[in-house]
Amino acid sequence: MPRLLRTTTFRVALLYLCLFLGSVGVILGVVYRSTAGFVESQLHEAIGEDIGALREQFDRRGLPGLIDAVRVRSAAPHTNSIYLVMAPGGVALAGNLSGWPGGAPDEQGWLHFTVADTGGPSGGPATARAVSFALPGGLRLLVGRDMSELDSVRRQIVSSLGWIFAVTAALGVAGGVLLSRSVLHRIEAINRTTRRIIDGDLSGRVARSGDGDEIDRLAGNLNAMLDRIEGLMAGLRQVTENIAHDLRTPLTRLRTRIELTLLREDEEPEAYRAALQDALAEADRLLSIFTALLSIAQVESRAQREDFRPVDLAEVAETAADLYEPLAEEKGLSFTTEIRERPVVQGNAPLLAQAVANLLDNAVKYTPAGGRVVLTVEGNRVTVADSGPGIPTDQRDAVLRRFVRLDAARATPGNGLGLSLVDAVARLHRAHLELDDNRPGLRASLVLPEA
Amino acid sequence: MECMKVLVIEDDRTAAAYLAKGLKEAGHVVDVANDGREGLFLAGSEHYDVMIVDRMLPGRDGLSLVELLRAAGNDTPVLFLSALGSVEDRVKGLRSGGDDYLTKPYAFSELLARIEVLARRRSAAQPQTKLTVGDLEMDLLARSVKRAGREIDLLPREFALLEYLMRNAGSVVTRTMMLENVWDYHFDPQTNVIDVHIARLRQKIDKDFPAPLIHTVRGAGYSLRAAG
Repeated sequence: MPRLLRTTTFRVALLYLCLFLGSVGVILGVVYRSTAGFVESQLHEAIGEDIGALREQFDRRGLPGLIDAVRVRSAAPHTNSIYLVMAPGGVALAGNLSGWPGGAPDEQGWLHFTVADTGGPSGGPATARAVSFALPGGLRLLVGRDMSELDSVRRQIVSSLGWIFAVTAALGVAGGVLLSRSVLHRIEAINRTTRRIIDGDLSGRVARSGDGDEIDRLAGNLNAMLDRIEGLMAGLRQVTENIAHDLRTPLTRLRTRIELTLLREDEEPEAYRAALQDALAEADRLLSIFTALLSIAQVESRAQREDFRPVDLAEVAETAADLYEPLAEEKGLSFTTEIRERPVVQGNAPLLAQAVANLLDNAVKYTPAGGRVVLTVEGNRVTVADSGPGIPTDQRDAVLRRFVRLDAARATPGNGLGLSLVDAVARLHRAHLELDDNRPGLRASLVLPEA
Repeated sequence: MECMKVLVIEDDRTAAAYLAKGLKEAGHVVDVANDGREGLFLAGSEHYDVMIVDRMLPGRDGLSLVELLRAAGNDTPVLFLSALGSVEDRVKGLRSGGDDYLTKPYAFSELLARIEVLARRRSAAQPQTKLTVGDLEMDLLARSVKRAGREIDLLPREFALLEYLMRNAGSVVTRTMMLENVWDYHFDPQTNVIDVHIARLRQKIDKDFPAPLIHTVRGAGYSLRAAG
C-alpha cells in the first residue's frame, strides 16, 4: 500500500475523489435546503391560514366565537397545533398551552419555546414555534405549531443525505483505487517487461490492450523501439559471428602457410618469396572482407538521413555502366544501358553508387560468355537484369545475409557480402531490393521511394 | 622519383617505424613525430615536401593540427591516415585541409604512390591547357589527343583516365586512385575493373607504336611515362 500512495495514478485518483466528493456535497446541500425549506414554508403557510380563520371568527362572532373555534381546534386529537387566547392580566381563556411562553420574538415575529406536552404526535417535550398578536380589548392570541414533526423530517433528510454521501464517498474511493490499480497494473506490466529486457532478454515485448489509449500507444512505441534495438543487436551479433566463423578460416590458411614455410629450413629464397606473396594475397583478401563487413555495419548503424541530398539516379547508373561496360564486353557479354527517365531521389550518392556497382559486378561476374546484361533506369527504379543462372525463389532472402553464397557461385571469386551491402543501402534509403526471375537469369531492382 | 622530405605524425611507434623504414628504402628522407605537439613543432620548424598525419593523435588530433597549420599559411601537402573509413570521415579530413585520405589498413605501395603524386602536384600547380608526355599530346581545351601527330579518338571517360595519368606522369598511380579521381568511387569494387579500362586505353595509345607509354607497376598500379 505505501507504494500505491507514491504512485502518480493514486495521486490523480485522490485529487479526483476530493473534487468528486466536494461536488456531491454541494449538490446534497442544495437538496437539503430545498426539501427542509419546503417543509418549513408549508408550516408557516398553515399557521398563516389558521390565523386568518381565527381572525375571521373573531370578527364575525366576537370573543366567544374565537374561544369556541380555539377550543374545537385544540381538542382535535393528535394535533400539532398550539393555540392560546389570553385575557388581559394573564388569564388563559382557551387553548392547549398552559401559559404564555417566555422569551422575546425574533425579528420575523416568531416565538421559540419548548412545550412539555401538547398531546401532539411526539407525546413528549418538543420545540415549538408560534406567532402572537393583540386583539382589541387587551386580548392576545397565540398560534403555533409543535416543531417535533418538522425536526424529525429534517433529521430524516439529513440522515438520508448523510447515507447518500457516505455511499457515494465509498464508491468514489473504491472506484479511485480500482482505477489507479488497473492503470498501475498496466504500467507495472510495462515495468516488468523493461526489467526483463534490462536483464538481457531482448525478445520481451509489452502486451498491448489494443484500445489505442495513451498507455497502449506507449506500449506500441516501446515495442517499436525494442524491435529496432533488437535488429541492431542482431546485426552486431551477426557481424561478431561472421568475424568468428568466416574470418577464422582464411586466417588459419594464412597462418598454416607461414608456419609450414618456416618449418622447412632448406628452402630456396624463391620459395620464401612465393610464400610471402601468397601470404600477402591472403591478407589482402582478409582485409577486403573486413572492409566490406565494416561498411555494411556502418550503413546499418546509420540512423540519420539528414545528410541525404538530391541524387540523379541516371547519373549514378551511367557512371557505374561506364565502369563495368568494358569488363562485360571483355567477358563476351552484350551490355546495354537504358536510361528511360532521369529520376532525382533523396539519398547518399556514394552509397547508391556502390549499391548499383555491386549489382552490376554480380551480373557481369555470374553471367556466362554470350549472355547479356541490361541496366535500366525507369521511375524511381534501377534494374540490373542478366541472363545468368539467377537465384532460386527459396534462396532470395538467404542471399541477402552476410557470407551466404549459392553453391553455383562457389567457383567464382567473391566474399558473399555484395548483396548484403546493397540490401543495407536499400534499407537506409527506405527502398526495396527486389530480386526476380529474368527467365532466364536474375532481375535485381533497387526501388527507391518517391522523393 | 626524386628524393622527398617526409614528416610522419603517427602515435603508433611500430607503425611509424615501418612507415619510416619503407619510405627510406624508397629513397626518401623521413622525420617521425609521435604526437600532435611534436608534429606541430617539426612542421613549423622544417620544410617538408609532404606530411603523413594520423587522424587520431594524443595531445592534438590530426584534424585540428592540419587546420592550425593551414591557418598559419603552411601549404605542405597532407595525407591523412585513418581507421575511420566512411565517406563522411573522408570529407571531414579533406575539409580540414588534408589533400588526400587513406584508410587503415592500407598497402604501403598505395601510400607511396599517393604521397609522390601529392608532392609532385605542388611543384606543377599552374593551370595548363596542354599536357605532353613523350610524343603523346593532350589538348584540354579542344578535348583532343594526338600521339606522334596522329589523332586518337577517345571516349569521354577514357579521356578523363588518360588526363589523370598524364597529369601524374612519371608517378605510380594505383587502381584505387584512378577509381577515386576518375569515377569518384570511394570503395574498391570486387572485380579489377580498372585493368580492363587500362587495357582499352593501351589499345588506343600504345598498340600501334613501338615504345609503350603505359607501364604496369607490379603490386602497385600503373605509370605513364616516356621511355628514357
